[in-house]
Amino acid sequence: MNVRDLAEKLELTAFALPDADRTAEGVYIGDLLSWVMGRAQSGQVWITIMSNINVIAVASLSDVACVVLAEGVTVEESILEAANQRGINLLGSNKPAYEIALELSRFV
Amino acid sequence: MNDERLGFHFDVDGTNFTSAGQASVEVKKNLRQIGISPEIIRKVSIAMYEGEINMVIHAGGGTADVYVSENCVEIVLRDEGPGIANVDLAMQEGFSTAPDNIRSLGFGAGMGLPNMKRYTDEMKIETQLGKGTCITMRVFF
Ligand SMILES: Nc1ncnc2c1ncn2[C@@H]1O[C@H](COP(=O)(O)OP(=O)(O)O)[C@@H](O)[C@H]1O
Ligand SMILES: [Mg+2]
Repeated sequence: MNVRDLAEKLELTAFALPDADRTAEGVYIGDLLSWVMGRAQSGQVWITIMSNINVIAVASLSDVACVVLAEGVTVEESILEAANQRGINLLGSNKPAYEIALELSRFV
Repeated sequence: MNDERLGFHFDVDGTNFTSAGQASVEVKKNLRQIGISPEIIRKVSIAMYEGEINMVIHAGGGTADVYVSENCVEIVLRDEGPGIANVDLAMQEGFSTAPDNIRSLGFGAGMGLPNMKRYTDEMKIETQLGKGTCITMRVFF
């Protein structure tokens, strides 16, 4: 399913959707950026509570389909800009990672 | 035969942790433009990113050079930081001297150097205490 439809189905906040047609497949959950970079697979949905600027670089390098910020984590304007600039889909939810993943499991 | 290599040079700013990663993301874009395969790009950019972060956290910045030749991509990271006292120890997963504020940003888990080794085919660390560190990595096609 593409990221745009996913965001709609799960009622996720769209912080940035520069690549909304990207297909998402599978989920990875993690906050330790070195770990995520080594393990997340291209095209996955990455769920995290980290919201600093390095998240955008890690998302770009590991080539995930989108990032979902869990637990109501918010982002600064400069991070949104970086996401748009680098083509990173950045979504948000008030739910914890586990619940987001459960819902995602119906679609990706 | 022509052994001219295509190269990219970057200065890695050691004062600004939040800008770390720019060189790696740029390299990723450049390699994609010249048609390098996604799997190679993934390895190169992950290894380079870890190296870049290390130069920012541990060495006050440095330089990164990436060369593309017929059979490999080579990454050379140079800094004039404190050097690495015990390379074998530093290479162990989980070993880290990073401060807590770096940890709260999601780094400093002691996975950087092991990741760099894991994602490249060759890795050489030259380091001198008080002088600096030069890390050369190669990923073969
Ligand atoms: N460029 C460098 N200059 C000086 N010390 C370094 C450098 N790179 C790594 N180190 C040392 O090696 C340790 C392990 O590095 P790494 O595996 O990347 O873990 P981390 O960066 O999470 O601490 C660091 O904590 C630091 O002590
Ligand atoms: Mg490191």
